[in-house]
Amino acid sequence: MQESHQQHGEHRSAHLAHQFDTLDQQYQSGKLGIWIFLVTEILLFAGLFCVYAVYRANHPDIFIYAHRFLNKNLGALNTAVLIFSSFTMAWAVRAAQLGKKRALVNLLAITLLCAFIFLGVKYVEYQNKWKEGLLWGTHYHPIEEAAHAGEAAPADSAEAHYTGPPNVHVFFGIYFLMTGLHALHIIAGMAIIGWVLVKARRGAFSPSYFYPVDYAGLYWHLVDLIWIFLFPLLYLIR
Amino acid sequence: MSEHAHSQPGHGSDATVHVVPFRILVAVWLALMVLTVVTVEVVYIDLGNLNLYLAMAIATVKGALVALYFMHLRYDRPFHAIVFVTALVFVLLFVSLVLTDSGQYQPNIDLRQEQLLGK
Repeated sequence: MQESHQQHGEHRSAHLAHQFDTLDQQYQSGKLGIWIFLVTEILLFAGLFCVYAVYRANHPDIFIYAHRFLNKNLGALNTAVLIFSSFTMAWAVRAAQLGKKRALVNLLAITLLCAFIFLGVKYVEYQNKWKEGLLWGTHYHPIEEAAHAGEAAPADSAEAHYTGPPNVHVFFGIYFLMTGLHALHIIAGMAIIGWVLVKARRGAFSPSYFYPVDYAGLYWHLVDLIWIFLFPLLYLIR
Repeated sequence: MSEHAHSQPGHGSDATVHVVPFRILVAVWLALMVLTVVTVEVVYIDLGNLNLYLAMAIATVKGALVALYFMHLRYDRPFHAIVFVTALVFVLLFVSLVLTDSGQYQPNIDLRQEQLLGK
């Protein structure tokens, strides 16, 4: 198998770059690189979590009022889809490590399909917000039906049809910024998984060279991890 | 199937490539689904401020499961976990210091807003 790369240069594995002594060293270096990249991603999202924390701490009424316009069921559905895709991705890494090519290709395809479903559901959610005028900043023009979506529809709405707190658009600004940046990461993940899928179909991976699958998996799990926090913070406010 | 797909020659260590057993992957997935249902259902119970802390605690447990098993941190070299946890510590510092700071000047903002509205 890969014993050859211990010997002279001409017997080195084709996957082994010249600056590394062993495939293992190469694998660990790449993995550390991915982890450092994931750290930069965490810190990028940390800025947005910070914005969220400050606004929620100072204006809890906005969050309690506005979160009811988000569809809990669709959010939960997307959480389940993303968790399942993370599971199939972890399973795909296992298949790659064991050299099961067909399982690897199928599992990557399922993961990619889940990403499409996630974006499809996201599209429906965004479209509803768009129709209801629930957008960021100066684009926040809620139509009247939206005001009755919550159970807090007032019995005596004689003076005004709007009963919520001021500056509700801040919530939707945060919502679109956080879920939008997350959706961009989903799209990037789909490109990466698609590329790994094409390589897997060509039989590029083996138990001694499965690293790209592992690296793509680490990234995909981080995208899932961020959603695990976004879902309760945006959809499940009480 | 063996836990370790193959041992790497040269380093005398076979811990670098670890194949997570399939039943563990399934167990983690089921646990994540159960916790998702719990976090959705618990919103309907009024626990006051505890709702937020509970939601974050559940999310943290879910995140830990993903990181430990799906991202292999439990079986990996500890250095990757150190890198990851260091990032989380900085996130915590970042958010808590900003929250403390904004909590300090928020009364001034509220006061100014009242003055402006009062005009």
